[in-house]
Amino acid sequence: MRIVFEKRERVSHTVRVLVPVISLVFALVFGAVLLLFSGVSPGAAYAAMARGAFGSSRALAETFVKAIPLMLTGLAVAVAFRMLFWNIGAEGQLAMGGLTAAGVALFASEGLPSWSVLPITILAGTLAGALWAAIPAALRAYLGVNEVITTLMMNYVAILLVSHMYHGPWRDPAGYGFPGTARLPETAWLPRLYGRAHLGLFFAVVAAVVLWFVLQRTKWGFELRIVGENPEAARYIGIDIPRLMLVAMLVSGGLAGLAGVCEVTGVMRRLQQGLTVGHGYTAIIVAWLAQLNPWAVLLVGFLLAGLLVGGDQIQMAMGLPAAVGLVLQGALLFPMLGGALFTEYRLRIVRTATEDFRTPEETGLEEAGS
Amino acid sequence: MLFLAEGIVGQKMTVGESQEPLLRMVGITKRFPGVVANDHVDLELYQGEVLALLGENGAGKSTLMNVLNGLYRADEGSIYVRGERVGIRSPRDAYELGIGMVHQNFMLVETMTVAENVVLGLRDLSFRLDLGGVKRRLQELGEQYGLKVDPDAYIWQLSVGEQQRVEILKLLYRDVDVLILDEPTAVLTPQEVDDLVEVLRRVIGDGKAAVFITHKLREVMKFADRVTVLRDGKNVATRLTRETSPDALARLMVGREVLFRVEKTACEPGDAVLEVDSLRALDDKGLPALRGVSLTVRAGEIVGIAGVAGNGQRELAEVITGLRQAMGGEVYVSQERMTNCRPLRAIRSGVAHIPEDRIGMGLVGDMSVAENLALKAYRDSAFSRGPVLHPEGMRRFAEELIDGFAIVTPRAETRVKFLSGGNLQKTILARELTACEGLLVAVHPTRGLDVGATEAVRAQLLEERDRGTAVLLISEDLDELLEVADRIAVMFEGQIVGTRKTDDAGRDEIGLMMAGDGMEKEGMAT
Ligand SMILES: Nc1ncnc2c1ncn2[C@@H]1O[C@H](COP(=O)(O)OP(=O)(O)OP(=O)(O)O)[C@@H](O)[C@H]1O
Ligand SMILES: [Mg+2]
Repeated sequence: MRIVFEKRERVSHTVRVLVPVISLVFALVFGAVLLLFSGVSPGAAYAAMARGAFGSSRALAETFVKAIPLMLTGLAVAVAFRMLFWNIGAEGQLAMGGLTAAGVALFASEGLPSWSVLPITILAGTLAGALWAAIPAALRAYLGVNEVITTLMMNYVAILLVSHMYHGPWRDPAGYGFPGTARLPETAWLPRLYGRAHLGLFFAVVAAVVLWFVLQRTKWGFELRIVGENPEAARYIGIDIPRLMLVAMLVSGGLAGLAGVCEVTGVMRRLQQGLTVGHGYTAIIVAWLAQLNPWAVLLVGFLLAGLLVGGDQIQMAMGLPAAVGLVLQGALLFPMLGGALFTEYRLRIVRTATEDFRTPEETGLEEAGS
Repeated sequence: MLFLAEGIVGQKMTVGESQEPLLRMVGITKRFPGVVANDHVDLELYQGEVLALLGENGAGKSTLMNVLNGLYRADEGSIYVRGERVGIRSPRDAYELGIGMVHQNFMLVETMTVAENVVLGLRDLSFRLDLGGVKRRLQELGEQYGLKVDPDAYIWQLSVGEQQRVEILKLLYRDVDVLILDEPTAVLTPQEVDDLVEVLRRVIGDGKAAVFITHKLREVMKFADRVTVLRDGKNVATRLTRETSPDALARLMVGREVLFRVEKTACEPGDAVLEVDSLRALDDKGLPALRGVSLTVRAGEIVGIAGVAGNGQRELAEVITGLRQAMGGEVYVSQERMTNCRPLRAIRSGVAHIPEDRIGMGLVGDMSVAENLALKAYRDSAFSRGPVLHPEGMRRFAEELIDGFAIVTPRAETRVKFLSGGNLQKTILARELTACEGLLVAVHPTRGLDVGATEAVRAQLLEERDRGTAVLLISEDLDELLEVADRIAVMFEGQIVGTRKTDDAGRDEIGLMMAGDGMEKEGMAT
């Protein structure tokens, strides 16, 4: 008798839905065990978490604040991954978007009609993210430079540049020496919907709708899928892969840049510490869990934000060390990521050939382990 | 042993009913969504014999063998090995029972060496690999069966024929008694086919047995002892080869009388469509593959390129279609200079290309049949309004082609990778013939197709020609070239060593030129 790990012959709808649900249950159980070891009642901890994330309209608003950048960067990563461009650089693109938005709002908005400041700020930030992404895209498309390394390294450049700007040249002279720029002019504020939740939510939903449509229904999306599935075939049917890659990365970087703009103009309203807290990396998890589907990115982004916000809340609500919250977040994420494997693969317990000659109907082992 | 070995040569051995079959499959049924690929199929295999498995594209041959190999599990039916009922649930189980398979598409890891590939997936490996021992054993096996391969060579360095030898060595290393070969000869040159027969002869002589899938009736007659015919997933007949004939087998396969010849009228060539002048190019390894090739194909003419695989044919097709850089020389299509143009430009000017590598280049496995049929046409206005695709138009187009080219698929939305080998090729053909305006570059267009489909494709090539298309037909099958081409150019080591009108071409003469004899290096007479 042994256990084999094998590819499914086909992936049914049930499997697609069931696997994440079972993974979630498994994650909760796994988390509960960890909590028990730290001497905390899992029931109480999960309740505190749920309350902290979804329990009140205020809590919900905070969850959305966290969800918006995750959704936008998640979409950004999903677009790139669809054509096998491993964009690890959403964090840097987000940073450049935020930086540019702050710069435009602080130093270039004077004299502009007040209604135009916000749109110009948004556009400039989005464009900055897009251009930041275009550099590794061009390097890969035309020179074959590995994008994982370039996008990752450009993150450090962007993050340090942002930090340098608000520590140095752009530091608010009236800020008592605290690192950070002055507050943005009110004309550049992104309107808030409820609590700190802002209009960025609308951007994320619109982006998802547009992306879904473009990927499913346009020639461009069709080409993107072909490149993602079989680049050699794409070349053969005459798709200009370098150009497509460049355009896809402009879109990807633009979305990540927009996430940065929203953080700066909607949440912080100045450039300061806290812009680059890893959304661009979490986005990879979001995109992956969502299997690169734009709708699913919205949903996963929201749930993950709930997990993060709720995780922070239990430390406060239950007086736990901060590490427990982090460990719990990891413990919950891990089975969910691992579970995604089981969409394509399955475990099967088999007996050695001669021992067992019963057909699948007879043994009922057929779907064991899904 | 000697007696058994004769099974494959002149005298066919007698398979006594009294003899216990080495292997028996009874009532095997395998369903896929929308198709019954195997419908209560029975099969018996005796020690020391070669059994040919015959059937049209999509008849269920590969599926049946995949069931035997443990890759698929049958929905119904049972398998007996040496009289004992077994459950084969994975290729590993199959190995343990002494059953091994060489698939239609090889399953080797390109970046590993031969020896590494052979031990890959072995279960009882010690923690420290003793590759030295493996290599010694491979050498022994190679000598014993006449399978010469360098155990240290990387797979990507090997020709298709050599890769197949590695696949067979892999099975022999695992000491299997039953070898399953899925269309082993489709990718081989005539010389390599002879080598394979020699290997099989020795293997069978050792008391093993082989199941062998092919579409070439001549091969069935030549080296199978018995033949089992499938049609639409069902058993049709099992015959001793010496008691049957190619015609009878074809009839059994198709279920009606088949004509073996296509009607070919004299060609009436028009203006030159493709002109290639002193073309030079490198292959994937950076070695010269084309060394000054010149040729002309005129409208309404089929020019065949004969030659043993690896003499630059593939590179020639790729340079013409813009997929490979030319290092020198010129390509003109309808008087327009197309040297090193982008593939899209070639497509736009009506150049269609049936590529050698179906799955790797010609199709997108995880996309539907309909989408694969539209891979080139999606740019047309019939399929889109502005940038927005028009799924209804795409579906109608797909259904027309599926009908017109008799592609066997459950639905237009089925993922193309689930189609049988022959139907994959039909999908490409349908797409390319529709897209073709002016020039068709066809590389091994009938490889892996059944008799009926092969004749249909050849007829279609001729039809294209009569419509005024210039056809460049690259093929290793001399019969095919003699049947449809108007002129045959022979390629050897990146050069065209001779051109003959098909009518005055002697089979033997061309065969000699393919082997590099009688190098005369002439320009292409126009
Ligand atoms: N994994 C699969 N999923 C769905 N359908 C399949 C799958 N594999 C095979 N089929 C279908 O089963 C039928 C039999 O296919 P199979 O590959 O066995 O044919 P074949 O006789 O080997 O043909 P060929 O000579 O073209 O290789 C075909 O209609 C094919 O489309
Ligand atoms: Mg097959």
